[in-house]
Amino acid sequence: MAERVPAVSLRGITKTFGSTVANKNVDLDIYRGEILALLGENGSGKTTLLNMLSGIYYPDAGQIFIDGQEVTIRSPKEAFDYGIGMIHQHFKLVDVMTATENIILGLKDKGKLDLKGASAKIREICEKYGFQIDPDQKIYEMSVSQKQTVEIVKVLYRGADILILDEPTAVLTPQETDKLFAVLRNMREAGKTVVIITHKLHEVQDISDRVVVFRKGEYIGQMITKETNPQKMTDMMVGHAVTLNIERPDPVDPKPRIQIEGLTVRSEEGIVKLDDVSFTANSGEILGIAGISGSGQKELLEAVAGLQKVEAGHVYYVEDDGTKEELIGKDPLEIQKMGVALSFVPEDRLGMGLVGNMDLSDNMMLRSFREGHSVFTDRKHPHDLAEHVREELEVNTPGLSTPVRRLSGGNVQKVLVGREIASAPKVLLTAYAVRGLDINSSYMIYSLLNKQKQSGVAVIYVGEDLDVLLELADRIVVLCGGKVSGIVEGRGADKNEVGLMMTKLGGGSDLA
Amino acid sequence: MHKKPKEPLIHMTKRDLVPVKNAIAIRAAAILLALVVCGVITALATGLNPIEVYITMFSGAFGTSRRIWIMGKEIAILLCISLALTPAFRMRFWNLGGEGQILIGALGTASCLILLGDRLPNAVLIPVSLLAAVLCGAVWALIPAVCKARWNTNETLFTLMMNYVATQLVAYFVIVWEVPKGSGKIGIINQNTEAGWLPVVFGNRYLLNILIVAVLTICMHIYLMYSKHGYEITVVGESEATARYIGIKVSRIIIRTLILSGAVCGLTGYLLVAGSDHTLTTTLAGGQGFTAVLVAWLAKFNPLKMVFSSFLLIFLSRGAGEISTIFGLNKSFGDILTGIILFFIIGSEFFINYKLHFRGHESKGGKR
Repeated sequence: MAERVPAVSLRGITKTFGSTVANKNVDLDIYRGEILALLGENGSGKTTLLNMLSGIYYPDAGQIFIDGQEVTIRSPKEAFDYGIGMIHQHFKLVDVMTATENIILGLKDKGKLDLKGASAKIREICEKYGFQIDPDQKIYEMSVSQKQTVEIVKVLYRGADILILDEPTAVLTPQETDKLFAVLRNMREAGKTVVIITHKLHEVQDISDRVVVFRKGEYIGQMITKETNPQKMTDMMVGHAVTLNIERPDPVDPKPRIQIEGLTVRSEEGIVKLDDVSFTANSGEILGIAGISGSGQKELLEAVAGLQKVEAGHVYYVEDDGTKEELIGKDPLEIQKMGVALSFVPEDRLGMGLVGNMDLSDNMMLRSFREGHSVFTDRKHPHDLAEHVREELEVNTPGLSTPVRRLSGGNVQKVLVGREIASAPKVLLTAYAVRGLDINSSYMIYSLLNKQKQSGVAVIYVGEDLDVLLELADRIVVLCGGKVSGIVEGRGADKNEVGLMMTKLGGGSDLA
Repeated sequence: MHKKPKEPLIHMTKRDLVPVKNAIAIRAAAILLALVVCGVITALATGLNPIEVYITMFSGAFGTSRRIWIMGKEIAILLCISLALTPAFRMRFWNLGGEGQILIGALGTASCLILLGDRLPNAVLIPVSLLAAVLCGAVWALIPAVCKARWNTNETLFTLMMNYVATQLVAYFVIVWEVPKGSGKIGIINQNTEAGWLPVVFGNRYLLNILIVAVLTICMHIYLMYSKHGYEITVVGESEATARYIGIKVSRIIIRTLILSGAVCGLTGYLLVAGSDHTLTTTLAGGQGFTAVLVAWLAKFNPLKMVFSSFLLIFLSRGAGEISTIFGLNKSFGDILTGIILFFIIGSEFFINYKLHFRGHESKGGKR
């Protein structure tokens, strides 16, 4: 078995985006007829690596071999020529067209357009692997899982025999996931190679033959799935605890401030995002939220801020004298006026909270523009605030009138966090506040959050980096699949224990 | 044999902010280039001296004081429609229903003038008919706005379709009120009494129209750039997610802004009926509801800059009309020249935003 020639070999692949290293000197072999799982935290470079294999990105350095031959892959089309097809997280389908039309879109077959023939061929593929779609159905009439099926069939139709799936189960219900896995197994039986990106351990165990672990852009190691267990995989995924020396002052007179009871949230597609979540955030402490991405962090913060429809449960704002006020049902403005500030750094940074085309002053104004009775906006205070934030947080910008979309990611985040803190909140919700920031900027944000905590603010910090959470937070709520997997004290918490709680409800290494 | 992909012959990169001076220079160069190209085409296609053609164009627009006034009136109307569309456009709500909103506003005015002309004194009739126009226009824009806010319908199609409904409504009332019976036309409303007509100020028929629009331009500029409402409009347009996040009620802003947009369109209808044309036809707006879209875009939704872009478009269309009359050219020839000039002006935006790199001319070393 070990003597087989790999279908795909990557050697020394490196890719950087600006100053961020997405992949560093990665070696990876993919063999024919296997289901390979790529496991790693968010931002560990899994997707970037496979994007290079499928022709979306071009590596800065390194070589790609297919069946032992060195190749260059410059576009997705060239990747198809080598039999490599990728199914992305975000579907690339035309809504008003049928499945068949989408599947043959862009193919340059000679002769007349033969929709009937294509449909027949698609039915054949579906039958062979057990897909259930109607080739003549329009995309907009389809469920998410059906759309995903169309994407997979599209790749197969083009003759790919190496399929890459980027977190395919993120959008699926458990039943749909089972169905998908059954199909993937059929494909393996038919000799296809499947590479699946995931950060869910049970899925790795369920479907894969071999698992490769990534951490911070680097290849960490590989294991035969049958011979490993969740504990081993988690250890590899989270790595050893690293000491960062982040300051952690003691909580100041902690009193309950936000009390969440039985919070349940469903996405528009009906998938449960939060399931009966309960915990309390105290004033004067930093409450960390840990969890692999998509475990409900976004929904949790948005529910508190009044931006998310809630199915069941309560979010109470607790006054100093102990009186409680329900936040659910209030609109974002009312909640904001009560002193709840949300600084959420989304994946695209500018998506929510800032307006890319506006300059620093105008962005500062987003929170305060309603103040005063005049029908005109007060530009002076936002301008002063912008100046203040720029100095205090060392925002690197050509000027206050530069549109924020022209700033680098780190500076954008400083503007956002700086503004939220300036509103003197009682509750500060931050998500991914240090995403993509360099070390210095990150420490600046940590110390800002600590200052807020010492002045009695209840800080809820959703983080990606476990090491940071373990050193910064006073308590940590661990989410797993939308449920609270456990609540631990930040001081003295064990990284591997928390890591296991993130990947398995309740943690514990009793199950192999 | 690790081959790198070949650098493409030309590739483009986005520029950083271009200094205002350079941007103006690029635009001026574009206009100059457009004139040269037009000149060559004129000489080749018609054998005429292009300089002479340009002079004729100019005199067509500015030749006599009457022509200047007419041009002023036309600019005022086009500018007024552009001002109406701008709040919606800044919110990224593509109101293509200017035509319909103008017609309905005009219908409101005409009905007041026709039905109440003999009964009310001008001091009452003028405000009543103005109010009717503004209300009618606002309602016409409100319908698609509510549907957009409630059910997220496509505003482009919806407002466009409302134009046809408005045209048919006007066609119906033209027949109801036709003078004389059977002519299919309303003719000049209140020709003898001039009841409800906007008064002549300083001896000029069109001056009041122009003054009203001038004041409106300044008001709209202040509203959009300095008021809280204007700020909300911009935020909703740039990012709905951000707007919701800071507690702006997006649907409320959509409805409020479209009422304003429709109201100003209605006002345009009023100016057309009470101020200049004094009649009602289905072609009253004459496609200017669409030309105004171009005016607004050219000015990047800045009301003050719209004065220039509406001037440019009216100048071109009047000049084009003049050369086709004087030189006996087909009317389309003027349109061709207008088209070329607009092509260059809009095309110049590309060079302001992007920079072209040619293969081989690039200095190595990762220079932007």
